[in-house]
Amino acid sequence: MILLVIDTSAIASAAIIRWHEDEPWGAVLAQFATEDTKSHAEVLAPGIDALLLEQELSGSDIDRIVVGVGPGPFTGLRSGIATARALAFAWSTPLAGLMSLDAIAWDVLAGARPPASEFVVATDARRREVYWARYSARGVLLEGPHVAHPDALPALPVYGAGGGIYREKLEAADAVVVGEFESAQPTAASLGLAAVERLARGEELLDTAPRYLRESDAKVPGPRKRAL
Amino acid sequence: MKEPLVLGIESSCDETGVGIVRGTRLLANTVSSSMDEHVRFGGVIPEIASRAHLDAMVPTLAEALETAGVTLADVDALAVTSGPGLAGALMVGVCAAKALAVATGKPLYAINHLVAHVGVGLLDGGVYGGELPEDLGALLVSGGHTEVLRVRNIASDVELLGSTIDDAAGEAYDKVARLLGLGYPGGPAIDRLAKDGDPRAFRFPRGLTQPKYMGSPESPGPHRYDWSFSGLKTAVARCVEQHEAAGKPVPVADIAASFQEAVVDVVTSKAILACREHGLRNLLLGGGVAANSRLRELTAERCAAAGISLAVPPFSLCTDNGAMVAALAARVIMDGRSPSELSFAPDSSLPVTTVSA
Ligand SMILES: [Zn+2]
Repeated sequence: MILLVIDTSAIASAAIIRWHEDEPWGAVLAQFATEDTKSHAEVLAPGIDALLLEQELSGSDIDRIVVGVGPGPFTGLRSGIATARALAFAWSTPLAGLMSLDAIAWDVLAGARPPASEFVVATDARRREVYWARYSARGVLLEGPHVAHPDALPALPVYGAGGGIYREKLEAADAVVVGEFESAQPTAASLGLAAVERLARGEELLDTAPRYLRESDAKVPGPRKRAL
Repeated sequence: MKEPLVLGIESSCDETGVGIVRGTRLLANTVSSSMDEHVRFGGVIPEIASRAHLDAMVPTLAEALETAGVTLADVDALAVTSGPGLAGALMVGVCAAKALAVATGKPLYAINHLVAHVGVGLLDGGVYGGELPEDLGALLVSGGHTEVLRVRNIASDVELLGSTIDDAAGEAYDKVARLLGLGYPGGPAIDRLAKDGDPRAFRFPRGLTQPKYMGSPESPGPHRYDWSFSGLKTAVARCVEQHEAAGKPVPVADIAASFQEAVVDVVTSKAILACREHGLRNLLLGGGVAANSRLRELTAERCAAAGISLAVPPFSLCTDNGAMVAALAARVIMDGRSPSELSFAPDSSLPVTTVSA
């Protein structure tokens, strides 16, 4: 089975993953990821095009599309979901979502020193806030995703770029920023491997509704003040 | 390609549009609007519009294909509005269009929204029917833009003669409607109410009409064909306040009529001036405010007096839609121009000189 995975919750990334349905792991055949968090609309489609070309795959070879549904900054997040939905429509390919922070949680568990305790994954939510979620030591999502000021996070090890950016505030709140992960972002490759694990366990993935976690900021104007 | 089958996507403001044309023949024009979601805010909220685009895109696409009775595989080329417009809103259409290009391998054309408003004139039944006249000017008036263009070759040579330097005319309507307690969108409400009012009751300012802005034909001032509506809005607010302060009822219909007259007078007089001084003998009126009865009336009157022929496309093609994007792209293709690179970026302030990126 071939999966095309896309995530634009922070950086823009895509990956092609091969998976035998009775196994809880997959193989990343090809992937790309940007460093910046602002060029999604430019780079994503050419990036996916190049992956398909490199792997000599066409739409009919893709069995399933998985897209990160955030949380993430609105415009970037939508780029990936709009892309995934349009590809799925054009190819009539099944499409599902997965929470983007799960990608970093997967990296944490797969890393050299997986945590012995519960842990937190945090990414940059801008406006001095982080997107975060709490996981068990085995990587099961316990709480979140939320958006909050860093000082509201639990006193646990923090993985992800949100930790690096808000190190002082997190440490003041007794959280521990894990150095190796202080600039880690969700990637499509890891998200895809997390998806494979779920699917192998017989778990459902999510729909593709974006997890914005914030309202649109629009304010209903108050009644106009009348001149007296 | 002689008569390319083109699918066009529009998402620059609050309408998600997908249109399909074959050459100059319109096959589908499907639009999903988020206007109702903006009513309580009294204007388009970009983030709400962007969220709505994401959810409307695939259903609108599916419906347009069904209406046209074609499949994506039949389509010869894809097109999408790449600007100008709201950045976050443009992004949704651009990403969807690029994904369709990747999925199908079809060429993709990044299209200028403003020029596309003129491009509808190419459609059969879109007033000019296949071939645009020479000496063509376009007056575009909507909630997002107010411009007068000169169109030498719609696929390659378009020039901006004048535009608003602050609010769009439709935006001024929305703000004044709010001042008068008329709700959103303001255009239709004011147009309706103005019929019961006296357009000469109040003399509201016509922005940028003083000699220092206008100059002369030989030595044009800095804003000869430009508009400004912020002073007009302030003048209306002051008028309302004066009545309230004096404890008098606000003459809403008279204010609506006088405001509308000020907008329509200055919009048409400058547009006609631009046409006359550039030898443009044909004018296309487009944009959502083209539905305004007084704007249509006065434009027709002044065009007739100046010997300019006026064309107004059907309303469904005046407001933002995907058919205009497809229509313009079809012409760009028939002119033999190359498709866009997949890496193009949406540009919220794309100049009209860039017809196709
Ligand atoms: Zn428009």
